Amino acid sequence: MGSLLEIKNLSKTFDNKKILDNVNLNIEKGRIIGLLGKNGAGKSTLIKLINDLLTADEGGVILFKGKKLGVYSKEHISYLPERTYLDKGMKVSDVIKFFKDFYSNFDEKKAYALLKDLNLDSDIRISKMSKGMQEKLQLILVMSRDADLYILDEPLSGVDPATRDYILDTILSNFKEGSSIIISTHLISDIERILDDVVFIDKGKVVISSSADELRTKEKASIDDIFRREFKC
Amino acid sequence: MDFTFDNNIPIYIQLLEYIKIYLISGVFKAGDKLPSVRDFANTFKVNPNTMQKALQELESMNLIYTERTNGKYVTKDEKLLEKLKDEYAITLAKSYISGMKKIGLGKADSIKYLEGLDG
Repeated sequence: MGSLLEIKNLSKTFDNKKILDNVNLNIEKGRIIGLLGKNGAGKSTLIKLINDLLTADEGGVILFKGKKLGVYSKEHISYLPERTYLDKGMKVSDVIKFFKDFYSNFDEKKAYALLKDLNLDSDIRISKMSKGMQEKLQLILVMSRDADLYILDEPLSGVDPATRDYILDTILSNFKEGSSIIISTHLISDIERILDDVVFIDKGKVVISSSADELRTKEKASIDDIFRREFKC
Repeated sequence: MDFTFDNNIPIYIQLLEYIKIYLISGVFKAGDKLPSVRDFANTFKVNPNTMQKALQELESMNLIYTERTNGKYVTKDEKLLEKLKDEYAITLAKSYISGMKKIGLGKADSIKYLEGLDG
């Protein structure tokens, strides 16, 4: 299996504080990876670095399909940020047009089909939608891009259990063969059944990187239990 | 149908058990074509990679086989499926007997209780 993403000696310092400390990771093709850590562990910083939204400390390397980050990686990585960036005054149909203009690999038909499953009227303004509905819309937008890597930063936080199920199902059923998905979360028990691999991150360091089922077998416990044990406050 | 998974046990092992019961109970019969990995994964709402791993295990147990380019099939060996059923039934019976033992009842009593139930 080929490496999709290679991260070597990656550190990030803000105001003399090391947020990420020498992270080394390899993400393979066709995997769903859980990036797990407590609040403030460095998950979002790592994700922002992979999306080329922050600059790493000197010496750190991130390669996407063997290439340095830039236009190419941005085209083939579909990113769901933790916070919404959509203009709340826009209608659903405006947002779809916006995505279509912005990304050549955005599949408008797929987005509309997924919206139809949700019975979401494309004439409605985002400001009129519930938080759960907004989360679903953003997930649909991100998953409707034909990308090699999907990065979802906390896609489950603040939504009800039924919406969580919908989000997980949408991720699974739109998981294209050969593409990979990185999902960051601290809500592990909800998500662990769909993960191939888990990466535990704590105080800016990768502390465990393993196949989920291997870790369960080795520790005879759920990923959630292992996480709680490992990171006891 | 909704499938529930225990997060403490590798998911592929639980899938394996679900599919074994399908084979034992005849949901899929000897020689039947199985759904594709992706369809199977969608039914169970699991990751296709995990489903693939469960199917690989079943294949290594000779319970299913792959016909190149054509998909996966249930073994044509009916004796093997019978044996699987037999083993499963024995496991269930043993767990019943051991449960009865815990409350102080022997085998003869256990059988009496079974006879009192509608099948």
